[in-house]
Amino acid sequence: MCASPYYRMQIMICAGTGCIASGSLDVKAALEKELQKRNLQDDVQIVMTGCNGFCAAGPLVVTYPDGIFYNQVKPEHAPLIVEEHVLKGRVVQDLLFKEAKEADRVPLIKDIGFFGRQRLIVLRNRGLLDAESIDDYIARDGYAALGKVLNEMTPEEVIEEIKKSGLRGRGGGGFPTGLKWEECRKYTVFPKYTICNGDEGDPGAFMDRSVMEGDPHSVLEGMAISGYAIGAEQGYIYVRAEYPLAIERLQKAINDARDYGLLGKDIFGKGFNFDIGIYPGAGAFVCGESTALMYSIEGKRGMPRIKPPRSAEAGLWNKPTNLNNVETFANINPIILNGADWFASIGTDGSKGTKVFALTGAVNNVGLVEVPMGTTLRSLIFDIGGGIPKKRKFKAAQMGGPSGGCIPEGMEDVQIDYESLLDAGAMMGSGGVVVMDDMTCMVDTARFFIHFSVEESCGKCIPCREGLKVMADKLTDIVEGRGEEGDVEFLEALGKHINSASHCGLGKSSCNPVLSTIRYFRNEYDAHIRDKHCDALVCPELIDFVVVAEKCKMCGLCYRNCPSAAVVWEKKQIAHIDKEKCTKCRTCIQNCKFGAIR
Amino acid sequence: MPKISIEDLKKIKERERGRMILREGNYRAKITVHMGTCGIAAGARDVMTFFRDVIGQRDIDDVILTNSGCAGLCAKEPMITVEVQGQSPVKYILVDREKAMRIFEDHVLGGKPVEDYALARGSETAAT
Repeated sequence: MCASPYYRMQIMICAGTGCIASGSLDVKAALEKELQKRNLQDDVQIVMTGCNGFCAAGPLVVTYPDGIFYNQVKPEHAPLIVEEHVLKGRVVQDLLFKEAKEADRVPLIKDIGFFGRQRLIVLRNRGLLDAESIDDYIARDGYAALGKVLNEMTPEEVIEEIKKSGLRGRGGGGFPTGLKWEECRKYTVFPKYTICNGDEGDPGAFMDRSVMEGDPHSVLEGMAISGYAIGAEQGYIYVRAEYPLAIERLQKAINDARDYGLLGKDIFGKGFNFDIGIYPGAGAFVCGESTALMYSIEGKRGMPRIKPPRSAEAGLWNKPTNLNNVETFANINPIILNGADWFASIGTDGSKGTKVFALTGAVNNVGLVEVPMGTTLRSLIFDIGGGIPKKRKFKAAQMGGPSGGCIPEGMEDVQIDYESLLDAGAMMGSGGVVVMDDMTCMVDTARFFIHFSVEESCGKCIPCREGLKVMADKLTDIVEGRGEEGDVEFLEALGKHINSASHCGLGKSSCNPVLSTIRYFRNEYDAHIRDKHCDALVCPELIDFVVVAEKCKMCGLCYRNCPSAAVVWEKKQIAHIDKEKCTKCRTCIQNCKFGAIR
Repeated sequence: MPKISIEDLKKIKERERGRMILREGNYRAKITVHMGTCGIAAGARDVMTFFRDVIGQRDIDDVILTNSGCAGLCAKEPMITVEVQGQSPVKYILVDREKAMRIFEDHVLGGKPVEDYALARGSETAAT
């Protein structure tokens, strides 16, 4: 009988760490033997799967196509499973997983939108390990990738594997990580350095913080592997000082790794030396830019410099330096252990793997999510994020922080990958997603980001230092009612100049929030300038503070909540706002359920 | 001399399985308090202290109390995960001392998940 590629049945055996520890490999051997005995090896395929997450009930065996879930399977159960289930099609009741009766009423995690649609690679250990225990990390295959590369792979092979995986920088730019490593390996000047960028300065972003505090060893391991690949013996983690918990846990992780000999001299006896130091930054946004970051470590003022030379050639202390983001490093262990092909099978053509997003703003499930590249914005906001609170309407999502842009309602089906987001006028950025509802004024939002960039501009080049200030003043004029015809055109022209003439990546993208809001919400700019009215009722100077009689339900909520007693109201009467007393605090607007105040 | 070998790594993994996989160890339950910055800001330390106190006061030695990082759903912190031997883990949201008490009595000791505070059961790390 010749082997057929078509199997009648598949038996999936969990080969996660937990199940292997509880004996799933023995179960596999026993099942194979039993199938051979009955000459069923060509009918039934045995597949070893990754961790199912339910290690407590392991070894786990799932049969397909019927999807029967057996737990705590022992080798001696093999004859029973083959005899009863495979041959006679009868489920072995004794091995079925039985949930406590009460628990049945609690929904399964996969049925909860927030969790069910996520795919965890970077956050693979979230909630499962004690961040301060190196043993916990090792129990979840930690440092196994470092062991593998040191024992089985040359640095060139490591680089090849990362290149093949299609991993791109998760800090925002999306440069292929493997190419970056390859470039740095080329230079024969020593010492070399590898740096982890944990500066994370975007408003509303907290992905890297969560990884550093929740799974610090995954960052250290990724850095050690990059050190081996490029030929560096020293790594630095640049982490902002506002992340005390991250610094504390990283330091503990480094100390523990040194104690175990996973950092230090002659790691695994393979002659590879590698150590890591932490450098807390002082919280300047510009220090997230690679060259400014390196100056900052050198003790100089954090300002970007002209490239070339690229950091790979002359970076920290003028030595060849590789710099990757926290999330990029956290991807390395799974890629090495599961292979480049596995990683490349996830995501889209140009963007492989997953991306972690910090979901904030007007969304029900504020939190940290990881989704495969190619997931739509709609799925991110509605399926995972749980939609907009208080049944309000989705207006836009700001992606990529101060360098990114807005994606408006109507474009929710844009795929999340590097290119699609750029086409839509936003960018992947480091992963901050601020969701905005119809109570958000886009002009005011643009002003917020420009104001942020004004504060954070390092001042080295004129377009960014002076241009942004002019832009901020103009936007302030518009939201305060001094806007004039032609202002939008002026902002557009100025924005393009700043973006093209600025020196570093931050300046070059600083006007994106303005350009993208003009592109999608021109009408709001016009309303601010021509009608002197803010339709979203955000800009106090452009609100009439008048009760619209037709909409008022006479409920008195505005009256009860007004802190300056400016609302006149009695039962069954339409409210009225006393302009003399009104301080334009917007409390009435926020409390009115009927949108009766304009 | 290298301090660690690949074999040592495997031994640590083996050794840890009792703690990571409840069934292998002599524990009846494990409580994980999610203590990222978000959880701590929402009151996770208080919840942690509560469990530590109640376990200490009653001299219970077969319940593991541990912490972990952010569970992802920052809007619903503090979150905890309770895993009782032989059952799938259950995630609880918006936990305070009062809820923690009931969860401890009913679920950790009694084996009955507290439906009112539970978000979901099962583990997040689905098959890959």
